[in-house]
Amino acid sequence: MSAMAEERRQKHCSVVLPTESMKAMAESVGVGQLQEDSCVALSEEVSYRIKEIAQDALKFMHHGKRRKLTTSDIDNALKLKNVEPLYGFQSQEFIPFRFASGGGRELHFYEEKEVDLSDIINTPLPRVPLDVSLKAHWLSIEGMQPAIPENPPPATKEQQKVESTEPLKVVKPGQEEEGTIQGKGQGTTTPDGKGQCLEKGLIRLKPRSTHELSVEQQLYYKEITEACVGSCEAKRAEALQSIATDPGLYQMLPRFSTFISEGVRVNVVQNNLALLIYLMRMVKALMDNPTLYLEKYLHELIPAVVTCIVSKQLCLRPDVDNHWALRDFAARLMAQSCKTFSTTTNNIQSRITKTFTKSWLDDKTQWTTRYGCIAGLAELGPDVIKTLIIPRLAIEGARIKAVMEGPVISNIDKIGAEHVQSLLLKHCASVIAKLRSPPDNVEQYRTEYGYLGPMLCSHVMKARTQAALQAQQVNRTTLTITQPRPTLSVSQSGLSGSSGPRTPSIIKVPSSLTLMSPRPGTPSQPSPPATKYIVMATSAGAASTQQVILAQSLSHILDLHIGMIMCQI
Amino acid sequence: MAAVQGGMSDADIETDIKTEPSTDGFGNNNANDGRVLSASPGSGSSTGSNKQTAAVTPEDQQTLLAVLQFLKKNKLIESVEILRREAGLPENSLDPKATESAGAGSGGAAGIVDLEGGDVSSLLSRVTGSSSAGAQAPTKAVAEDQPDVRVVLSAYSQQGDPTLYEVYYSDLKKFIETVLDCHRAELSQVFYPLFVHMYLELVYNNHESEAKAFFEKFSGDQECYYEEDLRVLSGLTKKEHMRGNETLLDFRTSKFVLRISRDSYQLLKRHLQERQNNQIWNIIQEHLYIDIFDGMPRSKSQIDAMSGSLAGEAKREANKTKVYYGLLKEPEIELPLDDEDEEAENEEGKPKKKKPKKDSMGSKSKKQDPNAPSQNRIPLPELKDSDKLDKIMYMKEATKRIRLGSDNLPSVCFYTFLNAYQGLTAVDFTDDSSLIAGGFADSTVRVWSVTPKKLRKVKSAADLNLIDKESDDVLERIMDEKTASESKIMYGHSGPVYGISFSPDRNYLLSSSEDGTVRLWSLLTFTCLVAYKGHNYPVWDTQFSPYGYYFVSGGHDRVARLWATDHYQPLRIFSGHLADITCTRFHPNSNYVATGSSDRTIRVWDVLSGNCVRIFTGHKGPIHSLAFSPNGKFLASGATDGRVLLWDIGHGLMMGELKGHTDTIYSLRFSRDGEILASGSMDNTVRLWDVMKAFDDLETDDFTAATGHIHLQDNSQELLLGTYTTKSTPVIHLHFTRRNLLLAAGVSQL
Repeated sequence: MSAMAEERRQKHCSVVLPTESMKAMAESVGVGQLQEDSCVALSEEVSYRIKEIAQDALKFMHHGKRRKLTTSDIDNALKLKNVEPLYGFQSQEFIPFRFASGGGRELHFYEEKEVDLSDIINTPLPRVPLDVSLKAHWLSIEGMQPAIPENPPPATKEQQKVESTEPLKVVKPGQEEEGTIQGKGQGTTTPDGKGQCLEKGLIRLKPRSTHELSVEQQLYYKEITEACVGSCEAKRAEALQSIATDPGLYQMLPRFSTFISEGVRVNVVQNNLALLIYLMRMVKALMDNPTLYLEKYLHELIPAVVTCIVSKQLCLRPDVDNHWALRDFAARLMAQSCKTFSTTTNNIQSRITKTFTKSWLDDKTQWTTRYGCIAGLAELGPDVIKTLIIPRLAIEGARIKAVMEGPVISNIDKIGAEHVQSLLLKHCASVIAKLRSPPDNVEQYRTEYGYLGPMLCSHVMKARTQAALQAQQVNRTTLTITQPRPTLSVSQSGLSGSSGPRTPSIIKVPSSLTLMSPRPGTPSQPSPPATKYIVMATSAGAASTQQVILAQSLSHILDLHIGMIMCQI
Repeated sequence: MAAVQGGMSDADIETDIKTEPSTDGFGNNNANDGRVLSASPGSGSSTGSNKQTAAVTPEDQQTLLAVLQFLKKNKLIESVEILRREAGLPENSLDPKATESAGAGSGGAAGIVDLEGGDVSSLLSRVTGSSSAGAQAPTKAVAEDQPDVRVVLSAYSQQGDPTLYEVYYSDLKKFIETVLDCHRAELSQVFYPLFVHMYLELVYNNHESEAKAFFEKFSGDQECYYEEDLRVLSGLTKKEHMRGNETLLDFRTSKFVLRISRDSYQLLKRHLQERQNNQIWNIIQEHLYIDIFDGMPRSKSQIDAMSGSLAGEAKREANKTKVYYGLLKEPEIELPLDDEDEEAENEEGKPKKKKPKKDSMGSKSKKQDPNAPSQNRIPLPELKDSDKLDKIMYMKEATKRIRLGSDNLPSVCFYTFLNAYQGLTAVDFTDDSSLIAGGFADSTVRVWSVTPKKLRKVKSAADLNLIDKESDDVLERIMDEKTASESKIMYGHSGPVYGISFSPDRNYLLSSSEDGTVRLWSLLTFTCLVAYKGHNYPVWDTQFSPYGYYFVSGGHDRVARLWATDHYQPLRIFSGHLADITCTRFHPNSNYVATGSSDRTIRVWDVLSGNCVRIFTGHKGPIHSLAFSPNGKFLASGATDGRVLLWDIGHGLMMGELKGHTDTIYSLRFSRDGEILASGSMDNTVRLWDVMKAFDDLETDDFTAATGHIHLQDNSQELLLGTYTTKSTPVIHLHFTRRNLLLAAGVSQL
């Protein structure tokens, strides 16, 4: 047996309830002073009995054909031992135990509320749950598993990974049907194939990496890409939802990837902000899809995203359009992909950091690019801010000062400098608040950070008061809520339902993207809000004309793609 | 065990059952002493009291024993002696019968018999002796208030220096590590039982810290498949815990069976005698049954294939009884001619095919299969007209059956239960695949029709009076159209429904539940007809006989019961398993019943005699599914260890091991021709296996049937024909339609 199992076993052996629990329980039934010895004896006995009951409860779980032990299993196990079951624990999902601490003691308790009977009687009845029903589908047709929504996606993420990371795979006789993506006919164990394998022993083969699309998939691809860059926001939302949740997109992933990278290339040249935003949202949706193995396509996606962060110009009228929001959004995407995909072999994070720093350090860099670099670095987390941004605050401050207080050269530079300034203040304040100890002296700040010093100082102070406020809030909440409420819509998750229509010019970014917020934000909190809204300043008319232009360029790409598809088929 | 759990209240019902494992133990003992073991283990007991041929009837004996016990408790030794002499019970002859009939009180008596070996001083004299001695010894004082367990446990009272246990054990370990390779694997088998017994001895004698140290030092050495038991054992750290602990009683009441070649055994014996390692030698003598065989020692893989059960391997004698695994002769039913003509017009090939088939059927029925039981070995119900119609339907469908094989796989239709938040616990299909029944954790039983034909109830009695009983379509007229619906719910149980089974004629449905009852439902009125009580504890599974009328049930009380629908009491009680019976299956010829258990063994029982005729060991986890092949020759079993094992019933041998599943296998089914085995598991997959190949491969090898030591090749990958994954829906039932379409069912976990 492995050492691991041994370890586990020893753990089983030693687990005994702490004697404090015995005391707490004794107190709860009115026994005040319990001897230490009795506590020890009791806890050993109780632990043993609990283990016994758990063993029996497992039996009920197995026969209930479940993987999760429920309270009813425990009840049944108690019944088996002729013990009265525990009444009141009927929850299927979780047991509402709560945690409280104070006075050096920690307790988990079950909160029993007094309920007014008339309240229950007067509340309207809940909706009747749906009745049990049967649904039939084909799991396999003569050995082939049809690719229908009822069946799982043909290739799991692991399979996709194996395929892309280990292109040479050992084929053993009889194993052939295991790895292949399509539910291949089971006639693969034909005598000739097998004979071959036997002769040569194990063969290393590069599997054919085909991405043939069925007619339906081609149609789907067309619909989705058109909706994603089209003018109807409701359709776009639906399409993005589909990209983010559909399990069977694996085959189309290379096309999506090319679509995005080509789209960015074309639209950066044309300065089409709206289109770039749409494409970034597609990237986000792809990253959100849990069934896709994106690693294979990062070489196309990352340049596209970085372009959207640091490009000199992203829109036709840089003085009016809010391309800053796109940079922020893309920077967050970048940070997210660094977090998920960076490994010791691909070193994404350090490579990206280097790229950003290099162009930031360059004196000739424009304010727009400068902004993008800083945003990209800042999103990577407090450590990066601490080591790379804060040391440069003084230099950057001087540069901003030159623009703000010097002779007006161009309005665009001024806007850029303003944005860079607020960006630096926003990101650095919270980090500095943690680095420095409280007495915040404006002069000190000025000497250390130069031009930005005084502003930083006030921001840091604001950050501190907020932190204090939150701390209070947190203290108060630990007593009441520590366990998240379970979601009730369990069964719906499989459906790719359409989300509600969104207003056209707002991108909603879930709070999960704000990687730096150290605590779970509640909507009522003033600073980092749970959801961020990026308001785009494109007027409706302008957007529609742009889209016409774009639609043309895109249809060109589409044609290209479809051409490619046809060739492959 | 059940008696221990339930206290005194249900002792009367449980008595005959409780003693069973101990009888087994006694049987072992006999064999060990070199006496002739005439019957297979469990033979005397399994049919209950009516089969016993003792001079004194069991009832009398029981009362007598109770009186004797009362007397001796009150230290009236003389009266005991007198009474015993008067009853004509010689000391030696008393104990076996006593153990059988004394019930819970002396359930442990076998333990004494067990450990005392051949020269048993009788239960009585032992106890009298001890009490007359003044009952001063501490162990005996403790024992006074716990008579039953005391007797079992007292086996552990004799003892050496607790600190030496580790030395003894590591000494043996060192020895076994240094013996020749060919013996090492065999001798390693003794580690686990020795470890358990030594640990228990330490615990029993209150050497808590030594026990803990011993456990921690050596538990890691044990085979991984004993982990579950070790976990139970690890919790047991005090002498008080040993009372009423099932695992412990199992270990005590049944000897752990090992198969060791003569050479290896001699080696071990010599070593222990040389070293004067009496502690270990005593345990081997008292608690282990070593089945010595002549010939080559077995290899590690051979041993691993067969071990894993709670009480070691099956003894070779246990699987020697002849089993009539052949099928019964099908009644001759004339296929209506007009049909054949019709088809002949449609297709020319058809009649030709059909003719030889029918001939072959005819010839088969003329020549009795030598392996088949005689037609009336057990009484079977007469065929009704409706049954004959169904047979004809069956034969017609059979002609349209798809011939499956490795290059012709079945299609799988999956029935997903939606919105079953309460939890689906059991599913069954009718043989003609027209109805599905589901048992739910909220105690309901639901039936669906999967054909356009809706489910209808019979009209009320008043309405039935108005019907013209002479009309041809009277069967149609009695149905109430107003009640037609796709599904029906039946209420009656008061706990989760764990087993469900349709009768072959589709008129009845059986369900077994946590509430300890098996219920029979009518599918004409959709009401409960009978609640069969007897199990008292959760009933994990139930199944109708393929010929109807009989059914079998098994549950937490470790006993399988055979019932007939028109008797409220069981006809047979099959007892012998050491833990819960988790699944029950009828042999296609209805003469045998197979049961799978949490003790990780499968037993096959003869319905006629109630004897256990086969014990299959090899699974490493509780068995949750069983399936007989359609020709009755093979049995497939699936367990929580994710493996499917194949067994040859006639020879009592393991035929193959199918590895692939990663979680409990809840369902197994052979295709109608027996060519493909489908398995459904908690790991959300349905897998298809080429069992014909598995059987053929093995038959070409020369059978070492005499020893039962087969060598399995690891060819699961070659035998696996297909794996079909569902979208997070565990597969809990499988069924082949008459045309070989595979139906699967499960409830979505999304």
